[in-house]
Amino acid sequence: MAKDLTQELKFRDPAKARALAAAMQRNLDALGREVSVMHVCGSHEQAIARFGLRAVLPPQLKLIMGPGCPVCVTDGPEVDEAVALAQGGAHVCTYGDMLRLPGTSRSLADAQADGARVHVVYSVAQAVDVARAHPADQVVFMASGFETTAVATAAIALTDLPRNFSILSVHKYVPAAMEVVSRSKESNIEGFIAAGHAAIITGSAIFEPFAARTGSPVVVAGFEPLDILAAIVKLTELILERRPEVFNAYPRCVTRAGNLPAQKVLWRVFEPRAGKWRGIAEVPDGNLDLRPEFARLDARQRLGLSLDTSAVRDEAAAGLERECICGPIMMGLASPHDCALFGKACVPEAPVGACMVSSEGTCRIWHTYGGAPDLRQVEGRPAGQG
Amino acid sequence: MEKPVQKIGLKHGSGGRAMRQLIEDVFLELASPVDGVGLSALDDGAAIRVGDQWLVITTDSHVVHPIVFPGGDIGRLSVSGTVNDLAMMGATEPLALTCAVILEEGFPRADLERIRDSLKATALEAGAPFVTGDTKVMGKGELDGIVLNTTGVALTRRVVTDAGLRPGDLLIVTGQVGDHGMAIMAKRHDLGLQGDLRSDVAPINGLIRAALAAGGDDVVAMKDPTRGGVSGSLHEMAAKGRVGIVLTEQAVPVRDEVRAACDMLGIDPLLVANEGKAVIGVRAASAQKVLAALRAHPLGRDAAVFAHAMAERPGAVILDTGLGRRLLSEPEGELLPRIC
Ligand code: SF4
Ligand code: SF4
Repeated sequence: MAKDLTQELKFRDPAKARALAAAMQRNLDALGREVSVMHVCGSHEQAIARFGLRAVLPPQLKLIMGPGCPVCVTDGPEVDEAVALAQGGAHVCTYGDMLRLPGTSRSLADAQADGARVHVVYSVAQAVDVARAHPADQVVFMASGFETTAVATAAIALTDLPRNFSILSVHKYVPAAMEVVSRSKESNIEGFIAAGHAAIITGSAIFEPFAARTGSPVVVAGFEPLDILAAIVKLTELILERRPEVFNAYPRCVTRAGNLPAQKVLWRVFEPRAGKWRGIAEVPDGNLDLRPEFARLDARQRLGLSLDTSAVRDEAAAGLERECICGPIMMGLASPHDCALFGKACVPEAPVGACMVSSEGTCRIWHTYGGAPDLRQVEGRPAGQG
Repeated sequence: MEKPVQKIGLKHGSGGRAMRQLIEDVFLELASPVDGVGLSALDDGAAIRVGDQWLVITTDSHVVHPIVFPGGDIGRLSVSGTVNDLAMMGATEPLALTCAVILEEGFPRADLERIRDSLKATALEAGAPFVTGDTKVMGKGELDGIVLNTTGVALTRRVVTDAGLRPGDLLIVTGQVGDHGMAIMAKRHDLGLQGDLRSDVAPINGLIRAALAAGGDDVVAMKDPTRGGVSGSLHEMAAKGRVGIVLTEQAVPVRDEVRAACDMLGIDPLLVANEGKAVIGVRAASAQKVLAALRAHPLGRDAAVFAHAMAERPGAVILDTGLGRRLLSEPEGELLPRIC
């Protein structure tokens, strides 16, 4: 698929970036204090880190990554469930990064190394293909991801599926976690940047009740560098003017209502339930579970007997894992540089914690792009060079 | 602290941090003091004082998959690698080359002759005569096809190390980066990419001679960005020169085909290997002269000033993306499958 490069370059104009940084500075000067804002999407962190955007932010602005990666927030016991199913003889299919995600003590990759049948798939449809290819076996799709991938899972649940196929849903619902973060006194987040691609489906209006309840403005942003900077400018403006509103800064893709047929499919199949997010604790309405009428597709109910996770939890967590601070990172209370293992004992080839596993995880991103040291004072060009 | 490794992994040959660590841990023991640049400098080669000149010597073993790739083959690669390492020390007129060949039982004679022809043609191009060699054969499966080792010697009046950068110096790259690594990747993994991905493998001693003639003593540091790419070279130059380096991303020449392939694979062209390029540190006053000399040479037409050295943050390489700045990470493990 050829990307339109000129289209993209419009959003990579250094002069416009400087103008946006200056506008941000004016808003912050008017506020006269430090402000912390949070974005909740790994793809935003990718762009921020890749383009070094933190180096042009005003020093009074803290831009923090929150629980923006569905791999990272999948809880240990949820991985245990998948490992137990795999060790119990089922084929377990899931998206790539989920394989190395540690459970309470084991990952699916560990189970695979011991001979369990674990498959990496790129879509839920491929998992169904695996089920068709092994009609005599149970095939479970460990369904992870936020609203966007949940729609794909929901859509397939409404089709005619082979009888040996079931779904272990660890889908998460982002607005619920934003609520938890925004109510946490410690993290002190005053505004949120929401993920543009999720909002294409859910629409920007989904954040309106949240903004009204919590008093935190939300700006929906795209993924080009200028999209992100413009969203921060708008956010500082809303904070300055004490307007806890939702602003759509990505109108070229997102509408207020979103994709209504997709939402209908999503809510027909899933319902929000309380669940634990790794590092964040219990999130009311944070998990998307299959509704009772889809019980025949729900691996937890159908294969419940083999779901004895105690077998995969008998070893104590290794000492290294206890030092991992993914939780505080996800709550916006710490950065990877605060972790003693970062880049030393914990690297992408041998991740200790969840945030180093996924390519959308904060630690992994910071490791790839050199972390986030304060580079505001470093001159971009030598004196006299044109 | 990282624990010392007990088993060698592929990442220890990838030209990045892991490899440097292994060399420091294991082989620095071999270093003994010399009058000049010895093993402990971990430069592209050694320089030993002989009268009022320097004898520069370097050695390299080459394994590559596939042995023939778009733009070159293992023969051209091994001559270029050695000649270029000499040139990076300031020695652009090789006196002699040696070649040791280790073959796997069953290696086709026709391939060997093809490699011989390529060795000969490339040596001629570089003005470097082969003077001695060695041949060994190992059993099937004991090695992967062929290993070529070349050693080169040359005399020079002035040695250029990779440690000479001072704050204010400018850095020039002699052409588009990433061609070799992406050509190998595309061929090896059958990426079926559109466009023309060809290795840049070439002896560049003539090009470097032109740069040295134009810049004289103001050429203060040189490195060829092979494994580890431009990023690896800059990290070494920054650490050894105790300077910070700021690199302007938009000033780095990268072919459209290479950029597209890198995007597709999620690889940073700054980390990809080159076999016919140099990164040259120059005092600012002479930068334009050196640049003009490079651009007048067929192998340096796309040369560009792309970075500068500063006193702050010694050892760090900072990437200016045009929109912001971040640290450029040091190549670490196996970014790419082994390519040279
Ligand atoms: S660096 Fe590794 S151990 Fe530390 S917080 Fe990140 S993922 Fe956890
Ligand atoms: S990387 Fe870790 S901190 Fe960041 S979003 Fe994912 S889970 Fe949260």
